[in-house]
Amino acid sequence: MEWQEVVKRLLQNKISLLGILIIIFFIVIAVLAPWIAPPRDPDEPYLIPRAGWTIEPQAPSEDYIFGTTEGQYDIFYGIIWGTRTAFKIGLVVVGISTSIGIILGTVAAYYGGWVDEILMRITDVFMSIPFIIATIVLVTILGQGLTNVMIALITFSWMSTARLMRSQVLSVKEDEFVQAAVALGANDFRIIFRHIILNTIFPVVIQASMRMGSMVITASTLSFLGVGTPEGYADWGQMISFARNWILGVEGNPLNYWYTLVIPGAAITLFCLSWNLIGDAFRDILDPKLN
Amino acid sequence: MIAYIARRLLILPIILFGVSLLIFSMIMMLGPYQRLSTYINDPAQLKGAEDVDQLVAKYGLDDPFYEQYGRWIGGVVQGDLGWSESAGAPVTTAIANRFPATLELALLSLIPVIFGGIILGVISAVHHNKMIDHIIRVFAVIGWSFPSFVFGLMVLMIFYGVLGWLPPGRLSNWATEIVRSADFISYTGMYILDGILNFDFSIVLDAVRHLIAPVITISILWWAFILRITRSNMLETLKKDYIRTARAKGLADNIVVYKHAVRNALIPVVTVAGQMILGLAGGLVIVESIFNIRGLGQFMANAAQQLDYPGVLGGALYFGFLLILINLFVDVSYAIIDPRIRLE
Repeated sequence: MEWQEVVKRLLQNKISLLGILIIIFFIVIAVLAPWIAPPRDPDEPYLIPRAGWTIEPQAPSEDYIFGTTEGQYDIFYGIIWGTRTAFKIGLVVVGISTSIGIILGTVAAYYGGWVDEILMRITDVFMSIPFIIATIVLVTILGQGLTNVMIALITFSWMSTARLMRSQVLSVKEDEFVQAAVALGANDFRIIFRHIILNTIFPVVIQASMRMGSMVITASTLSFLGVGTPEGYADWGQMISFARNWILGVEGNPLNYWYTLVIPGAAITLFCLSWNLIGDAFRDILDPKLN
Repeated sequence: MIAYIARRLLILPIILFGVSLLIFSMIMMLGPYQRLSTYINDPAQLKGAEDVDQLVAKYGLDDPFYEQYGRWIGGVVQGDLGWSESAGAPVTTAIANRFPATLELALLSLIPVIFGGIILGVISAVHHNKMIDHIIRVFAVIGWSFPSFVFGLMVLMIFYGVLGWLPPGRLSNWATEIVRSADFISYTGMYILDGILNFDFSIVLDAVRHLIAPVITISILWWAFILRITRSNMLETLKKDYIRTARAKGLADNIVVYKHAVRNALIPVVTVAGQMILGLAGGLVIVESIFNIRGLGQFMANAAQQLDYPGVLGGALYFGFLLILINLFVDVSYAIIDPRIRLE
């Protein structure tokens, strides 16, 4: 199927269209962040400004339309700049780990033999430790901070792409057009890029789109567990970890501090939902079993 | 089949070696002084600052990589994973104490995940592209997108904060007293099973009440996962010739779907069991720390927050080894069920 056809079908499908619209909304927020929520210190835009020094969150008001969370961090500011953090994590982690996976998977399948055996056993080893646990270990050792979180996520997320790519390449390797290229004397590099990767890339793209959401969830989980971004950094997961001490509200009104949890929770869920809606529709369009 | 199992068993030590090497390489990213804590089993070993340099020399923390790995793996084989500052006990003891709570939670979570996911997946496929199929799929995508820590906190806010039905922790205070008393024999450390074995059903009910919220939180993600795979396999199976033949014979639709199609559609679901178990294990870290369950996951989360390196590394190694063995078991039993696998 051609690219144009896939894009056309994605736009015709109501579910994926909804996903695309939500993503465009988030992109607009991320791009316009300096105008929607002007930073107090232009050099440190990712530091959430504080409305005071008391611990107790404050309900939404005219000055702070989403209220403030524990430690008086402005929720609205955190959500707006947190959108940039989410895109940064998603694009960098998914981009790099998918590229690593594509290269390793293709090399393993194309050359086969002991190269394949070694690369796949390394893949097995990296897959043996649960993803969240592996990233916790690496971030604990490297230390807090967004860069270290991204390094940990990349280190332990390339394997599924590598496996997928390997099986894809194995299935086209013996096809006539590849054999023809080999017979014509094209070099390995050209065969791999021009003939193999371009013909096997779609399932990898679907996987990458679904991973945009899950990488942002995992990064937030690390912040939530207290090993992610440093305190006060505009990051949705950290805002939810601030909410943690307040979810039981006050005597007589258990929902007193609902905004500290619901607003950042909605932001992160919507972000992941939009990527998954697209990935899901994408998969239906390309799944030959369902056509 | 024997060749397949033999191959899997031959690879096993290579994978175990690889995982231990991977974890040890991560330890080695720390400096010798930070790594010293891995070798201290008792805080009394450290008396003064000058002792530290002596200890670095004594334990050979500046030695070449392979020598240090050899010594470390030697200790691991004997069950020595160092001293955990966050648990205030040797890592091995801490893991052993906390394992039953995690096992209980994980086993109970498998029930709704497997049955809920399979039943909804079959319904979705049978009513392909009808209203009910769309509704189930929308719920699946939402479930898949909902981060478990957000979902868990919302469950806690509503079902504990507002309604007071599902409290956190493993047992109520009165029940904890009974469990700790001399009359109550702890057979397994899993309270539901122990309650049954002690014929004390108030404990069983209390333990179940505390487990409902964490089980739902952990399974919400994997319902969607199993549903998706069941649905896709079911749709494929329903188009097969033998299903058409069964229909042509005039068999009732229900029998065709539930006797012929479901059985065959479920075989591939087993292949993702390994991936699901890995995911569930990761989910335990989040769910146990939200619902205050003293299990392995909470131990890992606490150890990470307090930069307790031996605790984090020991926990990861334990999880890794355990899951490798579980996956081996799943794969081998799958090969026994489905002859096509071992012929590949």
